[in-house]
Amino acid sequence: MVQKIYPDAAAALDGLLFDGMTIVAGGFGLCGIPETLIDAILAAGTRDITAISNNAGVDDYGLGLLLRNCQIRKMISSYVGENKEFERQYLAGELELEFCPQGTLAERIRAGGAGIPGFYTRTGVGTLIAEGKEHKDFGGETYLLEAGLTGDLAIVKAWKGDRFGNLVFRKSARNFNPMAATAGKVTVAEVEELVDFIEPDQIHTPSIFVQRLILATRNEKRIEQRTLREAA
Amino acid sequence: MTGWTREQMAARAARELRDGYFVNLGIGIPTLVANYIPDGIDVTLQSENGMLGLGPFPTEATVDADIINAGKQTITELDRTAYVSSADSFGMIRGGHIDASILGAMEVSETGDLSNWMVPGKMVKGPGGAMDLVAGVRRIIVLMEHVDKAGNPKFTPENSLPYTGRNVVDMIITNLAVFVRPDRNSPFRLIELAPNVTQQTVAALTGAHYLTDASI
Repeated sequence: MVQKIYPDAAAALDGLLFDGMTIVAGGFGLCGIPETLIDAILAAGTRDITAISNNAGVDDYGLGLLLRNCQIRKMISSYVGENKEFERQYLAGELELEFCPQGTLAERIRAGGAGIPGFYTRTGVGTLIAEGKEHKDFGGETYLLEAGLTGDLAIVKAWKGDRFGNLVFRKSARNFNPMAATAGKVTVAEVEELVDFIEPDQIHTPSIFVQRLILATRNEKRIEQRTLREAA
Repeated sequence: MTGWTREQMAARAARELRDGYFVNLGIGIPTLVANYIPDGIDVTLQSENGMLGLGPFPTEATVDADIINAGKQTITELDRTAYVSSADSFGMIRGGHIDASILGAMEVSETGDLSNWMVPGKMVKGPGGAMDLVAGVRRIIVLMEHVDKAGNPKFTPENSLPYTGRNVVDMIITNLAVFVRPDRNSPFRLIELAPNVTQQTVAALTGAHYLTDASI
């Protein structure tokens, strides 16, 4: 049987990283981000990365770590408002940015992973996002063509994984991770728990999409907006 | 001129919700709407990152980093809660399954164009899910101050800022007044004034053309 479980993040990424590569990363804000694997890419020093990720982390956490180390050349994201270093590099012309509406980004990654090169959506019609894109009418409404997205590598964070590579995500940490897992030529998952068995009906991402797996060693799960109510 | 507070604006917007609605609330004043849902009205809140059935904010003891809303705020789950991927979540939105979305705005035009994502010359943070929401949700309610910080009208003949969506707004609730239109081919109609606010005040602070309801 193919051994999918690797001893650590560096071993799991061995042979997969190269300058100029495209990486699809799961996560929304700082929730459900593959923080162990990001640390390993930071240590590897891979440069000129195109990162497909809904957000860009914060200055000292998540993809922000790779930005700060000038390893990212281009981001395809829906919202980057939490990252000061991002703003500095972008305004200095050191970083390329492609804004993509959040739902369109999710669907582009889903489509890419499902072998669909493009799809039509109403989202963004009549806005700056639509410039240069093909438009087509369906039933009297105008839609625009958006392209599917794939990467050389996808990195995802899951709650539970088994030795086959089946994954279960936890609560809203699921977010972009299931689509990202389908969109990498190679997908590496870090999991909070390695388990012997996952009930087949409970699997979110089946093993076919996951080539390598590690037990996450960083599960900081930093909270971006700790919002509380008064205890009753 | 007194007008409504942010809380009163949120409470006014909450009166638009109907029993059984699935609703997406934007960041800022719209988030407050959750606190004013009328008794007897059961509403399920959706968050576009992938959560259907949002509970209240947690207590210190129940904070869970894996349960956040689209504003990245910690939140709690309910008996009805379902988690989905962001692709499935935007399927709910794009597919027209969400009954209403309440959003903030920088500008709304008299034909319902919405601008709320970028100011030229300032660092752009990105559209997030706003473009998807206005393109997919059946009824879009805007909650905004009537004028901007410089005192300029935000309900305008034509927007000066880049669009989030064209002809997408159905209702506008400001700190001074409520405007609504029955469909997206009709003009907006002033249907309500905040306490101690006159028609003349609203007219003076509004750039857009609108009708005035006979009840006012």
